[in-house]
Amino acid sequence: MYISLSDRRRREDASTGAPAATGRAARVSSTVVALGVVSLLTDVSSEATAAVLPLYLTAALGLSVVAYGVIDGLYQGVSSVVRIAAGWAADRGDRPKHVALVGYGLSAVARLGLLFAGGFGAITAVVVGDRIGKGIRTAPRDALIAASSPPTELGRSFGLHRMLDTVGAATGPVIAFVVLLLVPEGYRTVFVVSLAFALLGVVVLGALVPDRRPRAERARDGVSSAPFRWRLLTAPRLIRLLVAAGLLGLVTIGDGFLYLALHDRLDFAPMWFPLLFVGTNIVYLTLAVPIGRLGDRVGGRRVFIGGQVVLLGAYVLAALPIAGAGAVAATIACLLALGVFYAATDGILAALASAFVPVAARTSGIAAAQTVVAATRFIAATGFGLLWFALGSSAALVIAACTLAVLIPVAALLLRPRASEGGASAWT
Amino acid sequence: MDLTGRRLFVAVAAVVLLGGAAAYGAVAFAASRSVPLGSASTPLTAIEPDTVLFRQMGGGALHGFVASVDVDDPGGPRMTSDTPCDRLDADATGLVCLHSDLGLTTTFETRVLDRRLRVLESRPLAGIPSRTRLSPGGERFATTSFVTGHSYAGSEFSTSTMIVGPGDTDSGELEDFALIVDGAEVTAADVNVWGVAFADEERFFATASSGEHRWLVRGDLGERTLTALRDEVECPSLSPDGSRIAFKQNRSDSAQPDWAIAVLDLDDDRVTVLPEPASIDDQVEWLDDDTLLYGRTQENSPGDADVYTIRADGSTDPELFIEHAWSPAVVRP
Repeated sequence: MYISLSDRRRREDASTGAPAATGRAARVSSTVVALGVVSLLTDVSSEATAAVLPLYLTAALGLSVVAYGVIDGLYQGVSSVVRIAAGWAADRGDRPKHVALVGYGLSAVARLGLLFAGGFGAITAVVVGDRIGKGIRTAPRDALIAASSPPTELGRSFGLHRMLDTVGAATGPVIAFVVLLLVPEGYRTVFVVSLAFALLGVVVLGALVPDRRPRAERARDGVSSAPFRWRLLTAPRLIRLLVAAGLLGLVTIGDGFLYLALHDRLDFAPMWFPLLFVGTNIVYLTLAVPIGRLGDRVGGRRVFIGGQVVLLGAYVLAALPIAGAGAVAATIACLLALGVFYAATDGILAALASAFVPVAARTSGIAAAQTVVAATRFIAATGFGLLWFALGSSAALVIAACTLAVLIPVAALLLRPRASEGGASAWT
Repeated sequence: MDLTGRRLFVAVAAVVLLGGAAAYGAVAFAASRSVPLGSASTPLTAIEPDTVLFRQMGGGALHGFVASVDVDDPGGPRMTSDTPCDRLDADATGLVCLHSDLGLTTTFETRVLDRRLRVLESRPLAGIPSRTRLSPGGERFATTSFVTGHSYAGSEFSTSTMIVGPGDTDSGELEDFALIVDGAEVTAADVNVWGVAFADEERFFATASSGEHRWLVRGDLGERTLTALRDEVECPSLSPDGSRIAFKQNRSDSAQPDWAIAVLDLDDDRVTVLPEPASIDDQVEWLDDDTLLYGRTQENSPGDADVYTIRADGSTDPELFIEHAWSPAVVRP
């Protein structure tokens, strides 16, 4: 982060945070760095809480948590609806920052509620409030990243943001357990620390992220920009992106299942499960920027498809019927592949969506892509769970891998730019 | 405000917020080392008959450790051990204790201790401690824990329940026993089992679930079967004379459970719902053949709980039995 801040003054117009230089040498804008820091702080907050919540519910509150899982699943749907509505509100008002503030604010308020919630209902309300906040903030934040980056540097901007975001997600649980080691039963202390990080995230967003008005700025630059209409979301390229992302989402089975398959084969102690996440996250945060820059050079859609090929590799690595040292190597390679997959798809998808719709509908376009992915992955997890129970882990994985192998070329065809559709930059 | 001003604002906010959190943590750290109970607690070094063992609650240095009071004077002086337990059960010869070892990779353990609270054996527990029970003869114990799919998501749970016998032999997961409902075996993949209550060393009661069902089952260790007796019964607890089963029953129609305590008379199959307005998520303990003990969380003080008592025939309202306590276990002579 200090790298970009150090040369920020030279290259940027301080009043808007917009990059002044547009050449290849341009650095990531301070707005993107600030948004990354906001996400880092917020993820420290949410992951610190998430890491101790199951223990808190059972050990401290004496609740059984089976029902909590059911409710959690139900509210995934609510989160999708909220995401679309937030995208619409951000585009309609041309004020993505305000909508993002509402989302981050709501999650911070939910953290505050956690300090006072004692019963099952109250805890559920708090968790739902946090999820809704997350649903609201994601797309407007990504729209701000897109608005603050030169069109040729989208990959690097989103990569840097996702890197900072993942650093926060990896740090949160560490902070939580250090607190619990120092203060036995110190759940409230974890929640207080979590609240402090969440509030600080809101402060950074409010104070350091400029109130960009993407549509108005275009108008000022002399590019006519019509206000938001739903029709803007029917841009053929966006539709094809949504279809491709949706198809691929249907065979993205989720880390949980992949880790379980790795566990089935190696039979390591369940206590190592968190380390699988740490391993994946380290790969993700290391490669987010380089892979984003690769997107800037060779094209986001190629990187996106490449990520799916790597995911296919992860499935195969998890399904291989091997044992001993080979299985250990395959497990490590699988974690590596999963990290590469995230680095090559998560930020890249948002960047592609932002490039494929007119500025007036950018937030809605990003929200639509993220909703499609969340919804289809939810279906995938459910369906794959059934397959797993019916056929066992390796047969289910082989089926998922074969389906993915068929869908990758389909998605690649869908994403190929048509003759009429630009193709001038890596992101069009 | 110009950019420098805004940066200064963020810096001040960072100092105030993170400093405030650190200060809160320091106070909590200091409090966790203090002894807040009014009367100085005497050390508990051996399990005596006619006492109630429980997990000490209420924060402070003694929080989470096993403590004991006299069964006839539950509000009187309490003795506290240096044995930490999340859930426990005890008889005059020893104690079974489910324990969470918090850390970056949090682990869980079942520990068996003798009456002098020396650890005889410990074995890993699959997940977050939920229930434990000793058999009447003390030969076996049962454990239930919540297994999280993975710690980051924190929302997918299943239960792991097993019975451990002499020589560290165990039954394996009880959900792998044959579950028989109305004469037919249920082979659904979503079967979960929890809340074992022993009838003797071989037979027991428990809850088995599949879909929306929560069956009271009779289990047989030798045959490896679970036979459903009735639906809508969770966390059974058998009275010392073996005539009644206390359990929790969901009286809510919404997704948010509201557990009532109910008692099933095994002779005439009649169910009495007890007049406890709070939602009780516990495996009830029998104080004697007519009286129940259970943990009730404090609504206004998350993380604290008290043990209450109520007559099993529903003739009295609940009464406070032990303040700042959880997971009571009655030690009979």
